[in-house]
Amino acid sequence: MNKMDRDVFVVADNVFTPLGKTTTENFGNLLEGRSAVKQHADRAISAQPFFASLFDKGTFPENDHYTKFEQVLIASITDALKQSGLKAPDQENILILSSTKGNVSLLETEKHSPELNERISLSASAKLIAKHFGLVNQPIVVSNACVSGVVAIIAAMRLLRTGQHENAIIAGADTISRFILSGFESFQALSPGICKPFDKHRNGLNLGEGAGTIILSANQKYSGNTRVLGGGISNDANHISGPSRTGKELSFAIDQALKDAGVTAEDIGFISAHGTATPYNDEMEANAIALSGLESVPLNSLKANYGHTLGAAGLIESIVSVQSLKEGLVLPTLGFEERGVSRPVNVAKSISKITKSNFLKTASGFGGCNAAIVFGK
Amino acid sequence: MNYITASSGIIQGKVSKNGQQLFENKDAGASDFLLSVYQHFSLNYPKFYKMDNLSKLGWLASEVLLRDSFDQSKYQPGEVGLVLANRNSSLDDDIKYYETVKDIASPSLFVYTLPNIVIGEICIRNGFKGEHAFYIREHFDAAFIAGQVNYLLDNNILRACICGWVDILGDEYKAVLFLVEKQKSDNAVPFSAENMNVVFD
Repeated sequence: MNKMDRDVFVVADNVFTPLGKTTTENFGNLLEGRSAVKQHADRAISAQPFFASLFDKGTFPENDHYTKFEQVLIASITDALKQSGLKAPDQENILILSSTKGNVSLLETEKHSPELNERISLSASAKLIAKHFGLVNQPIVVSNACVSGVVAIIAAMRLLRTGQHENAIIAGADTISRFILSGFESFQALSPGICKPFDKHRNGLNLGEGAGTIILSANQKYSGNTRVLGGGISNDANHISGPSRTGKELSFAIDQALKDAGVTAEDIGFISAHGTATPYNDEMEANAIALSGLESVPLNSLKANYGHTLGAAGLIESIVSVQSLKEGLVLPTLGFEERGVSRPVNVAKSISKITKSNFLKTASGFGGCNAAIVFGK
Repeated sequence: MNYITASSGIIQGKVSKNGQQLFENKDAGASDFLLSVYQHFSLNYPKFYKMDNLSKLGWLASEVLLRDSFDQSKYQPGEVGLVLANRNSSLDDDIKYYETVKDIASPSLFVYTLPNIVIGEICIRNGFKGEHAFYIREHFDAAFIAGQVNYLLDNNILRACICGWVDILGDEYKAVLFLVEKQKSDNAVPFSAENMNVVFD
C-alpha cells in the first residue's frame, strides 16, 4: 500500500456521557464497573418503561440558540480543546462531526416548516458549532449509521496524512428521543434489562446518549503520543438491517485496517468490539474476529456501561480504549457471563494487563456497514 | 490519474446519462416519477418497491449509470465502493416514519431513516463490498468528493468508485452519480472537481 508518510497522533480527547464529563472521570467509573443504563419511565419518549443511558433532566437547560444535541457536542469539544491547548480559529484545523440523527427530535416538538427542515439538518448544527468555536474551515459531517464515529476518525487520519490539514477535531454525538427509541422498539431490538454483550442470554441492546471528541495532529511535537495507525471500511452487500451471516466483510475491514497500520494480528493487545448484545451482531462480530486470526485476543464491549451511543459510539469507545492503552489495562465486558457466540472469542470478564502496544476498534451498522481502526503507541 | 467513465443524472423529471437525456416525465410527484423511471427502463427488482424515495432515487441513478458502462467481471467485490453526499440526509423518510409513531411505529420506514441505506441498497444489488461513506454537505462540493475518491483509488483501497450526490425532500430531488475508474475507456474524461461540476450544474 502506498501509505503516506505523515504519522497521526492523538493530542487530546473528551468523553461526555451520563457516566462523566471528562475522559478521566469516565474511565474511573468504568474501572469501578459502573453502568449508566437504568430503567426510565418517561412518556415523552415511550409509552412503556425502558432501559437506556440518558443524561439527567436539566443537564442541558433550554437554550434558544443551541439544541440539546449541539450542547452535548459543544461541552465535549470545549473540554478536549482546553486539554489540547490548540487555538480553534487556526487555519490548520478541520472539524469533523459524526451523528446518525442529530436534531431529529425537533420533528417531535416543532411545527413542520421549511425553516424547520433547515434547522434539523446536520449542516446547520455543524455551522453553529464551527461558529461557536471560531473554526474557519467548513466542517465535514459523516452520517453513516453506527460506524459514523470510526469512519470520521479514518477520514481525519487521511486528511492529516496527506497534508490537507495539520490538526483535526473529530466529535460525535447522538441524543435519545421518541423518534429513535420508537424505531428500535419497532424492531424489537431493545433489551428489557441491562444488555449482555456476547453472552448466552443476550436479548437486545440498550440505547445511550453521549458525545466523544478526539483531537488528532500530524505535528511531530506530539510524536510521543498514541497514534492512529490505520483503518478499513467495508459493506456486507447482504441486508439493510441485518448483518452478514459469515462476518467475512467485517473481517475484510479488519484486515484492511491491520494492513494500513502495518501490523499483524499478533501485534493487537485487545479489541474494543461493537458488541451491541443483539443476537446477530455479536455472532457476526465473533465470526469476523476469528476469521482475522484474533480469536485469542482479549475483547470488550462497553454497551452495558453506556448503551449504544450510535453516532458517538465509535468515538467514545475509541477514546476509552486509548485511555486503556495508556493505563495498560483492558476493561471488562459488563453484562457478560457465559459465551453465547459460536466462535471461542476471548471476551474480557475482569480487568487485565495489556502486554502489547496496539488495539483494534470495530463497528458495524445498518446498511451493512463495517469499519475497523487500529491505534498504537 | 483516474477517469470518469460514465455519469448519470436524475433531476426534476429528467433522466440523463453521459450528458444525453434518456427519459422525461415532468408532471409527476417524486414517488410517481421514480416509479415511471423504474418502468421506463424495464427494471426488474422487487426490492425497489420496499425502498424509501432516497434509496429509490439513488438506486435508479446507479442502474442508469452502470448499465452498458460497467464491466463488473474486471473487479473483485471488495474493489468497488461508494462515496455519496447530500443536503437533507434521510429527512424525507424521517418525516414519513415519525407520522407512523403516533399510531404504530413502522419498522420498514424506520430502517430507511439513515442516509447510508441507499449505499447499502446499491451494494446489495451489485455485490459491491468495498469502502463506502456518506457525508452531509450543504451544497455539492466536488473538490471534497474528488479528494476522498482519489485517496481510495490512488492507495489501491478501491479500483472503481461510484460517487456523487443523492438528495430528496418531498418533490424536490437531484441525483448525479459518477463512475470513476483507474483505467481509461472510450469517452472517459479525467476525474476532477472541474469535470464533475460541468456535469452537476
